[in-house]
Amino acid sequence: MTATAAAPASTGAARPHRPSLLSRIGSLILPVFTAVLLLFLFAPIAVMIAFSFNDPAGRQNITWQGFTLRNYVDLWGRSQVTDPMIVSLVVATLSTIVATTFGTMIGLALTRYQFRGRSAVNLLIFIPMTAPEIILGAALLTLWVSLGVERGLFTILAAHIMFNISFVVVTIRARLQGMTQSLEEAGMDLYADGRTTFWKVTFPIIFPGILSAALLAFALSIDDYVITLFSAGHTQTFPLWVFGVSRLGIPPEVNVLGTLIFLVAFVFIGVQLWGQRRQGRSEAGPPTMVGR
Amino acid sequence: MGGSGRSWTASLLLLPGIVWLLIFFAIPMLIMLQMSLATGSFDSGFQLTWNFGIYPEVISQYWELYLRSAIYALLTTLITLAIGYPVAYTIAFRGGRLKNALLLIVILPFFVSFVIRTLNWRMILSDNGMVFGTLKDMGLLPPDFHFLATPASVVFGLTYNFLPFMILPLYVAIEKIDRRLIEAATDLYASRAQAFWRVTFVLSLPGVVAGSLLTFIPAVGDFITAEVIGAGNPQVFMVGNIIQRKFLDSLDYPAAAALGFVLVAVTMVLVTGYTRLVGSDRLTA
Repeated sequence: MTATAAAPASTGAARPHRPSLLSRIGSLILPVFTAVLLLFLFAPIAVMIAFSFNDPAGRQNITWQGFTLRNYVDLWGRSQVTDPMIVSLVVATLSTIVATTFGTMIGLALTRYQFRGRSAVNLLIFIPMTAPEIILGAALLTLWVSLGVERGLFTILAAHIMFNISFVVVTIRARLQGMTQSLEEAGMDLYADGRTTFWKVTFPIIFPGILSAALLAFALSIDDYVITLFSAGHTQTFPLWVFGVSRLGIPPEVNVLGTLIFLVAFVFIGVQLWGQRRQGRSEAGPPTMVGR
Repeated sequence: MGGSGRSWTASLLLLPGIVWLLIFFAIPMLIMLQMSLATGSFDSGFQLTWNFGIYPEVISQYWELYLRSAIYALLTTLITLAIGYPVAYTIAFRGGRLKNALLLIVILPFFVSFVIRTLNWRMILSDNGMVFGTLKDMGLLPPDFHFLATPASVVFGLTYNFLPFMILPLYVAIEKIDRRLIEAATDLYASRAQAFWRVTFVLSLPGVVAGSLLTFIPAVGDFITAEVIGAGNPQVFMVGNIIQRKFLDSLDYPAAAALGFVLVAVTMVLVTGYTRLVGSDRLTA
């Protein structure tokens, strides 16, 4: 593409040793492009962090008025701000625990056992991941309406477990597939029964996979707006609250909470990278996908 | 291998998760299908009357929204591919020890809520905001210029939000390529452009297909971007906006369900094509 067009000198076998200025500039195009794109990805994050320190005159918070830390202090006593966050944390924690358990079990069944109806199981896991979120949410709404179920915390929880199971299965499978069964067979040969082999051999090996699946589930749950909207009734989760209060401008407390979430993710990813560096494993595989 | 005891274990392992997916995914889809064929109102209740006429009705009324959603999603897919490919390529081939760090940096912004990111873009891109306000003050743009609520702004927002869905599968595919194949091509007197298009790009096609699917499908069903960056302008509404309004505001469930099912049909055609391409066991692997 751009870099290839800028390097006519490198055609053929008789490649000159000292690259021309043109091709040296050409070789910089891709890294510079990548760096610019990374900056672009962080643009709204930078604005969010900056405006979490803004001291707005009214509720609008559109222009910079001056630096203050007050937004960070004022937040904590106000239940209309903290309640949705608590609901989100509760839903994310519970849905992560349930979905990770169910998803790990399915992942084990798919990689370790032969059974009939495999392709049906695969489809049932794959389709929810690829269907537009609005369809998953709308279909659940018709379920609640036709059963006459009052929408609230439990309907949100059921929805979050549903959409998280598939992502857990995919993450766990990636881990299990890279693992040979010879270690499990060795355990069996040494007279361990099935249960001992699972807890002493299989589980410790797949534990990092379970952990990253759980993290992914937690992140997806705490961020979900679309599916939650259709199952929430009058209950407010953090994203629903954010959308509701930001119709005209973004109140500072939204940016404060966003900044705190970003900080947690940042520290977490930093620790993960540091851990990888220490283990010296460059084959850690691609990180998991977050944030729909 | 495969004794009856083992298949019992498999069934027990599958049971809770599969039952959950059946109750909260498969059955709701059937109920929504049934709802689309019902008539009545929210207050008097809905009766299944096999009203198939609702489908031609909603399609003739809203075909423009489907077309617009497809165009926006297609543009989004092409732009994310054009932007994402060089980035995935650079990280995979030139990232060296920083590969994983760079990938994590790509997804880091997406840990912050979708809603908050989109709201902040609305602020950045507002008529007198930090980008266009500044350009207007410098006299580089006419004072009545606006970007929010235009089709371009919606495609911009979709592109930003779905970029990692393109970059990650592309990276996975490009990273797997045996680089000796590219060297072999250049040894055989292929130019760098030829080596790229006829070796690297062809070998990365699984990633291109997966990334395009993972971008197009959520983009075509999105409604937040048109609501926030599109500033609720009906001229830039996508199908998702109408489905959401009919389900949650006007409570016109049958029409909303029918609109939803047409959208499902569009995505199912794409997913089925993809399934044929990769095989069902590779879907979740």
